[in-house]
This record gives sequence, C-alpha cells and structure tokens, in this order.
Amino acid sequence: MSNNLNKKYATDNVRRELLKGLATIPILGMFILNVLQKWRRDKLKKSNIMADFIQEKEAPSVISNLSNSQHLKLGIIGYGGRGAHLVRGAGFATKGWTDATHQNFKKNKLDKAFNTFMSQEDLNCSLVGVCDLFNVNADLAINASLNETRPGGRPKQTATRYRDYRELLANKEIDGVIIATPDHWHSRITIDAAKAGKHVYVEKGLTRTFQETLDVYDAVKKTGIAFQLGHQNRQVEANDKAKQIIDQGLLGPINLVELTTNRNSTWGAWVWSIHPDANRKTIDWDTFQKPSPNKIPFGEEALKRYFRWRCWYDYGTGLSGDLFSHDYDQLNQIMNIGIPKYASASGGNYFYRDGRDVPDVWHATLEYPDTFAGTSSSNRNRYPAETGGGPGMTVLYSATLSSNSSRGNRIMGHDATMMLGGMSNYGNVGGFSVTADRESTLYRDRLNNGVINSKYPIYNYSPGSKQIDGVTSATSQYFANKGLLYTYRDGKRVDTTHLHVKDWLDSIRNGSQPKCNIEVAFQEGVTCAMATESYLKGKKIEWDPINRRLV
Amino acid sequence: MDNKNKINSSISLTNSQLYVLVALRVLIGWHILYEGIAKLVSPYWSSAGFLLDSKWIFSGLAKTIVSNPILLTISDYGNMWALTIIGLLLMIGLFNRYASIAGMILILSYYLFSPPFVGLEYSKPGEGSYITVNKNLIEACALLVLYYLPTSHLIGLDRLIYKTKVV
Repeated sequence: MSNNLNKKYATDNVRRELLKGLATIPILGMFILNVLQKWRRDKLKKSNIMADFIQEKEAPSVISNLSNSQHLKLGIIGYGGRGAHLVRGAGFATKGWTDATHQNFKKNKLDKAFNTFMSQEDLNCSLVGVCDLFNVNADLAINASLNETRPGGRPKQTATRYRDYRELLANKEIDGVIIATPDHWHSRITIDAAKAGKHVYVEKGLTRTFQETLDVYDAVKKTGIAFQLGHQNRQVEANDKAKQIIDQGLLGPINLVELTTNRNSTWGAWVWSIHPDANRKTIDWDTFQKPSPNKIPFGEEALKRYFRWRCWYDYGTGLSGDLFSHDYDQLNQIMNIGIPKYASASGGNYFYRDGRDVPDVWHATLEYPDTFAGTSSSNRNRYPAETGGGPGMTVLYSATLSSNSSRGNRIMGHDATMMLGGMSNYGNVGGFSVTADRESTLYRDRLNNGVINSKYPIYNYSPGSKQIDGVTSATSQYFANKGLLYTYRDGKRVDTTHLHVKDWLDSIRNGSQPKCNIEVAFQEGVTCAMATESYLKGKKIEWDPINRRLV
Repeated sequence: MDNKNKINSSISLTNSQLYVLVALRVLIGWHILYEGIAKLVSPYWSSAGFLLDSKWIFSGLAKTIVSNPILLTISDYGNMWALTIIGLLLMIGLFNRYASIAGMILILSYYLFSPPFVGLEYSKPGEGSYITVNKNLIEACALLVLYYLPTSHLIGLDRLIYKTKVV
C-alpha cells in the first residue's frame, strides 16, 4: 500500500518536473510559427512584385578578368582636373596625389581614395605622351607617368611632353589618346586623332556646336577607331537594372521624365581657382583660344577664361554640355530615347555676377511625339483602349546652380515611378527605387488587396550595397542611399571612371566598340546642340534626321 | 511550498513573483532571438551602418571595425549568432545566468556605441523620443535583474539538467 503510494508520488513528481522544465517550450513553438508566417508573407510580397529581378541575391560584381593581353601606349591631351582623374583611371597618379591620399587614409581610416586607386586592376598600359598648354599641368602628367605607387608597380615607360597635340598624334607608338581639353578643342583633336589612326576617349560634352558633332561622327565612322565618350554612368550597374525593369513594362506607359541638377557652390558653378603660377610664359593662350569664335588678348580676363572656361560659350556650352549631357545619357542608356524631334530651352544668368555668359538657371524640354516609351506592342493591350495606347513623351531637364534642394531624376509611368539619384549632383550615382502609382492599371489588384502600397517603394536597387530587396527597410535604404554600405561591405569600392577607361582599352584590344560609342555619343551631341541652339536663338529647334540638320 | 521557489539560500519567491520573472525572461528572449534570426536570414544585413553612426567614446573603435573587412565580418557574425543563441537560451531556460549576463553586456554595448545623450546627433532618425535613457539601457538592466533572480532552475530546461532538489 505505502509502496504503491510512493510509486504514484514518484511518477507524479517526474511528470511535474518535466512540466516545469519544459513549460516555456510551447512559447518557442509559437515563436517559430510567427516567424514562418512572416517569412511566407514576405516571400509572397516579393514574388508578387518583381520576381524576375530578385533572383539575383547579390549585387553583380563589377570587376571582370584581367585584361593583360596587349600592352597599350596612351597619350593624354589636357591634363587638368578631369584629365588627371582619367589618367588615374588608367592607373597613373602623381606622387603628390598618392602621398596626400595616403596621409588622409592614415588620419581617417574611412578615407579610401588611396586604397580604391591601389586596388584598381592593372590595365597593362603606359602613359607615353602628354600635351597640355599649361606647363604646371604638363609637368604633373609627366610626374604621374613616373610614379611607382600604382596598381601594377613600376611604369614601363616615361611620358614625353609635346607642345602641339599634332606632334603627339604623329608619334607612331601611341595606340590611343584621352582627350580632356575644354569642349571647343574636342572635335578638332578627335578628328585629327582618328585620321592618325589613334583610338579616342574624349570627355563629354562631345562638342561645342552642332556642325562639330556631325564632323566627329563622320570621322570616327570612316576610320573605325575605338571611340569612347566620357559618360562613366554607362558602367553603373543600376542603370542596366533600371533598363530591364522598363523594358519589361513594369512602369507602364511613360509620358514624362524629369531630369534635374541642383548645385549651390562656386566650385559646382565652375568658378575654379586660378593657378598662382599661371602667366603669359606658362600658358599658351594663343593656342588655347584658336578654335573659339571670339578672341581676347592675354591678361587677367584671359586667365579667368582659361581656368573657368565652362562659364563662356566661346569654349563650352555651360549646363548643356557639362551636366544635362550626363543626365540625358543616363536616360538614353536606360530607355534608348535617341534624338528628340523638338527641343526648346530657356533660363538665364540670374545668380552669378562674374562676367559669364552661360546661364546659371537653365531648362530644356525635349519632345518625342512618336516614341512608345515604357510599353511594347505585346503589353500595350493591358490598358483600356482609351488610355495608354498613344505614343509620345516629354523629357524635361531643369537645373539651378544656386540651390542644393536635390530633386533627383524621375521616370514617371502610369503604373509606377522610378526615382534615380541622377549623375549630375556631384557625381552621386546612387541607385533607384520604383513606387507603384495608386491609380495604376497593372498593379490595381495588388494595391486593392494590400500586397503593395503606393506610399512605399516596391523595389529598391543600390549598386554594390547588396540592397536588392522587394521589401523596403527604412534604415537599410537610408544607409545605402548615402553610399555608406556599399563602400565597405566587401572592402572594395570601384571607381566608375576606371571602369570606363578599362572598357575603352578592352575595346581597342578586341576590336569592338565601347559602351558609350559613337552612335550614342552622336545622339548626345545632337540633343545637347539642339538645346543649346534653342536657348541661344530663343526658338524651338527641330531635328531633321533625313538631311541631318537642325530646323 | 515556501521552499519550492527558492532562488538561493536567502531568497524565495511567491508564485506570482516567479511567473512574472519567467514572463520577463521569455519576452526578452523572444525579442533578442528574432533580432538575431532576422539578421541571419537577411543577405544584406551588416553592422556597418550602425557602427558608422556611432558617437561618444566608442566611435573610434567602431570606425576601426568598419574599415577592416575582417573585423567587420567578425562583428557581423558575432552579433547575429550571439543574439540568436542568447535569445533561444533565455526562452527555453537553459544556462540562464550566463545567457542573462552575456545578453546584458551585448545590449549595453549597443547603448554605449550610440547613447542618446544631449548633444549627440545621429543621422538615423530614432523610432522614439529618448534623453539619456533608451530601451537598450532598460533591456540591459532587465537582463541584470534576471541574472540576480534566475528562474530557469525552477521553470526551464535548467530544472531538468541540474535536477534541482525539491522537497
């Protein structure tokens, strides 16, 4: 009897012990159920939205294999700020630059300019020819060609200085030239280089005038050289991704695109510093102004014009060639819009009182009345007959040099809007987001049942940050947009200018044409020329593609 | 009955006190476990964003971690797994005292890397309004309470493992 009682007591005891020991396990079960439910819902959200584009879990790598087949010899014509950056992209920096950036890195470990340069791929080329009208810059370029602090180690050859670019082009051993002179020299040098059989990398804007654009196009087509225009945005992965999305019709019919530039600093408005060593002896002023319509004698005004040339129509086209060209080319890369039928532009010199003749507030409107943007013949039937069927699109560009109120670039579709960082705001290439329109036809069901919300992006892309996600997280998005994550995530940051130079060198080696080739360069050149002419003439300009002329 | 809920030689709890402490333990465990799991399953998560915005005495250390890919990787995996394991242990009541103190240190470090002190400006907008005290500090303090008043030997797997003497 007592034995039985003891047994029963012991069994109860074990049961009670187990209950107390495992009491919180059911809560863990509840937790797991919760998590699974959340995952299922997130997955559903993603698959419903843009399943095709989220297959890629990781951001695509930007570095391809080494291109060390054939050693190439390069010349640089115009070694100013941009020229120096391009030459760094090819793998040559001045001793002053590598020392300064290395010091900066020692002071601030997050300053990666030095590491970015040193971890660039060695492009297997040498800088052998230099032409610059300012002695100081020419010496700096020679210095860069010698500097052993570079990816790939000691340079194979030292650069020679040429006073006249034609002498540089006459050097038989030079394979290609990088042209980073002011715009008024672009066409002459490009055409002479093509005739001399040199491959050309020329900075944007392509030319200063419409006629020059035609001449450059013909010369490049005739000689068949590898030609690259300096829109390094062509190397930005985000633009390829954006193109895929629009090609799939996920924005719906697009009738309006808004491109913007906001800057608010003297540097951003081309008021660059005049070098203290610049004078009649160190600068070849006569050569500098040879192609410009108006000539002035050397003096203080000439020095201003030499260093701040973007402020005068004699040497460039102001906002049109410098910044509009970038945003236009980004859009052309994404949407293949080509040359508009009409362009009109307006603006004025409202803020700067420094003698410039280019506007500091400027807008251009491009009309594409025959373009079906955002839809194809196969998906146009999604929309009711009375809407979404017609061709036609306006591209609006708006720029100010006296406000930093950044507006970004927006491709506005009937079903969704794509917001891009834009290229012109101090080179911030950012990524993009896609947000559904609350009156969308394509997403109507998903909007109604709450799977997507028109207040939040349905898709985000930030190059390098691995932020490919259909579900927005406010924080990750915030950091990615600031460019913080992608810079450090895998310890590597890549310079798009380097990639653009590499693309050109690869094309020289395998006889192909690079990404910003003469066809798209021509479209950029004509479009910018139309907008510039419209502003200067105060009238709407029409493009006549048959006779290749502006009306 | 009195002896049943003995925390140590000098403290015994009433049933209500015990249940409340267990609830606190399980709730904190739930929170920390999901913080860990959410980071583990996200291919995009990195501690870099948090560290880059660090202010006060540890901001230098934070920058060193971010600028070194190896340290950053250690920080990323360390955080994900520490959160997951500590959260799980608290929830099921295993190695309770170690889990509590480890969790307390981890969460206190989040507080110290970006404390809501007057004069420190963060680029990320906060999800609440804090001055000096924030939820991290409170959670760290609660974990300290759980360290001093452990309950897993009464309700939790520790009870089965250590075969706490009853009666």
